Amino acid sequence: MKIFVYIDHFKGEVQPASWEALGLAKTFGTVTAIVLGSDANDVAKAAFEFGADEVLHADDSALLDYRAETYASTLSALASSHNPNLILFPTTARTRELAAMSAVDLNTGVLTDVTGLEANGDSFIATRPIYEGKLLEKTVCSGKPVMVTIRGRAFPKPNRDASKSGSVTKAAAKTDALSEVKGYSASESAVNLGDAGIIVSGGRGVSNNPSLTPPAGMDEKQAEIWRAQQGFALVTDLAKTLGGAVGASRAAVDGGYISYSHQVGQTGKVVSPDLYIACGVSGAIQHLVGMRNSKVIVAINKDADAPIFKVARYGVVGDLFQIVPALTEAMKKKLGK
Amino acid sequence: MKIIACIKQVPDSEAKVKAEGGQVSWGDAPLVINPFDEYAVEGALQQKEANDGSTVTVICVGPESAKEALKHALAMGADEAILVSDPALNDLDTVGAARVLAAAIKKVEGEMVIFGRQTLDNGAGLTPAQTARVLGWPMLGLAGLIKVEAGSVTVERVIEEGRQTVSAKLPAVLSVVQSIGEPRYPSFMGIRKASKATIPVWSLSDIGASAPAAIVTRAELMSPPVRETSVEIIAGETPAEIAEKLADKILAEKVL
Ligand SMILES: Cc1cc2nc3c(=O)[nH]c(=O)nc-3n(C[C@H](O)[C@H](O)[C@H](O)COP(=O)(O)OP(=O)(O)OC[C@H]3O[C@@H](n4cnc5c(N)ncnc54)[C@H](O)[C@@H]3O)c2cc1C
Ligand SMILES: Nc1ncnc2c1ncn2[C@@H]1O[C@H](COP(=O)(O)O)[C@@H](O)[C@H]1O
Repeated sequence: MKIFVYIDHFKGEVQPASWEALGLAKTFGTVTAIVLGSDANDVAKAAFEFGADEVLHADDSALLDYRAETYASTLSALASSHNPNLILFPTTARTRELAAMSAVDLNTGVLTDVTGLEANGDSFIATRPIYEGKLLEKTVCSGKPVMVTIRGRAFPKPNRDASKSGSVTKAAAKTDALSEVKGYSASESAVNLGDAGIIVSGGRGVSNNPSLTPPAGMDEKQAEIWRAQQGFALVTDLAKTLGGAVGASRAAVDGGYISYSHQVGQTGKVVSPDLYIACGVSGAIQHLVGMRNSKVIVAINKDADAPIFKVARYGVVGDLFQIVPALTEAMKKKLGK
Repeated sequence: MKIIACIKQVPDSEAKVKAEGGQVSWGDAPLVINPFDEYAVEGALQQKEANDGSTVTVICVGPESAKEALKHALAMGADEAILVSDPALNDLDTVGAARVLAAAIKKVEGEMVIFGRQTLDNGAGLTPAQTARVLGWPMLGLAGLIKVEAGSVTVERVIEEGRQTVSAKLPAVLSVVQSIGEPRYPSFMGIRKASKATIPVWSLSDIGASAPAAIVTRAELMSPPVRETSVEIIAGETPAEIAEKLADKILAEKVL
């Protein structure tokens, strides 16, 4: 069986679930890694090291920046000429678009956010969460190739073997761009919550420390944000100590404490880290749907009745401004940092 | 400018959704406008305000009951709502929805079409880009900011790596995220207007489309495995003592 794996990268930085897709593909057959972009030679090389049998690289200045149309057309053309049974993608902002468009070109369908995949003769059965993870469905695609975007951390990451190599096959690029990239700014703290193994999140509670005195001249809202930033500094220290990422509730994002890219939940990111520490988060259903599949959940909250304790493995009923820094200290000591 | 917002109706996120006899059931929980699509309506209304002489049309492909979701959009301030409904549309996958929406968008002569990021029920997040592809229009996805100028639209895309500024000529398809701004509450006047509005229902033949055959279908519906969750509360005399105990518990889980 022939399988394409789309290696999603941004300016040469690979979304790690791409390698998880590559590992999964190896369990089904011969794997061709697809790498698009003119800044991606290292990506193509890495694909061999993660186990690709073949690498197709469309290396063209038209593909310098990701644009939906050019990337989709290039992928569709490669799929038409190589005729794979399956195309696997990591689930990212780009791949949802790209797979969606290619599926229209190739008259097939896309199964997104997949957490389980079995071969069934020439076709595949995918398991995916629906209704915000309240249900699971097994779903099939009658078109060919079957297109599947996998959820980050749902499949094991293959080991990288630097001794593996191969010669990259150049592929032609389509240049039918309908849009123009005008600029890019990295978020002040680029986060990739979907791939994080450890997440420490802050909620509205991070602004609640009456004993902090904000600098003079701030109005009430500015003082609240200032307090929240002191709280998030503690959350960030703990995340750094544990080698994790910083998450947030929507109340924290709407309050202007931290940017939207950190938001966990229904309208933010769905995450499933090994460890999720919620600090001053009440645990509204819209937050829980985004994190309840985390392996170990720790909740730190002043209110013993907060719903977050219903999904937590460990809980501390207390003031996060005291508990979080103490936990950071204890962890530093135990981890020898 | 003729602006279109595409919305779907879904069970409220508080609903206890269950699998019953192979079907999805949500008891008597209310059906609401897909929360992501409230941002689409908000984005459309902002653009109407920013561009003189614009109108907002809201389109939904769905059953008769979906008129309630359309009325919510009208109450928020949309000028017009259209329901596309046809018995032949029972098994719709996202490509199918995109083909039907594309036909309706053409009939309305939309110039800028705004989608939500994804639906709460299916959660595919595919329909916007598929609609753009069917129409042959540019796709500007996950916009947190929209600006229209001289026949072009520029958006700030919110992606994993930060914000990317992308522009294209109109007509174009957009999808929006929460950063676009909180959806406005329906005004009292808006609610009154919406309750009196008659919403036209278009069939497939009205938009000159045929029923698309579903390529993606559900084979089985399951409840997720129930998770054992009993919380162990860590207590102590001082924060340091609590932290010490908690740190040991976390280390014993071997997740670091
Ligand atoms: C359509 C829709 C979509 C939504 N999407 C999302 C989403 O994606 N993500 C999301 O998170 N929410 C989402 N929400 C919002 C959600 O309903 C809640 O309003 C939100 O999650 C509350 O955030 P919070 O827990 O930080 O704030 P609160 O509910 O205000 O809770 C703050 C908590 O902090 C505790 N606390 C206060 N001070 C301290 C202290 N010093 N030490 C310790 N604990 C303290 C309090 O006891 C309380 O439990 C959505 C809502 C809707 C309607
Ligand atoms: N039946 C429908 N009618 C109108 N718009 C829809 C419909 N289904 C999906 N959409 C739009 O497409 C977006 C993505 O849907 P989905 O691909 O199903 O996750 C939604 O947020 C809506 O804006």
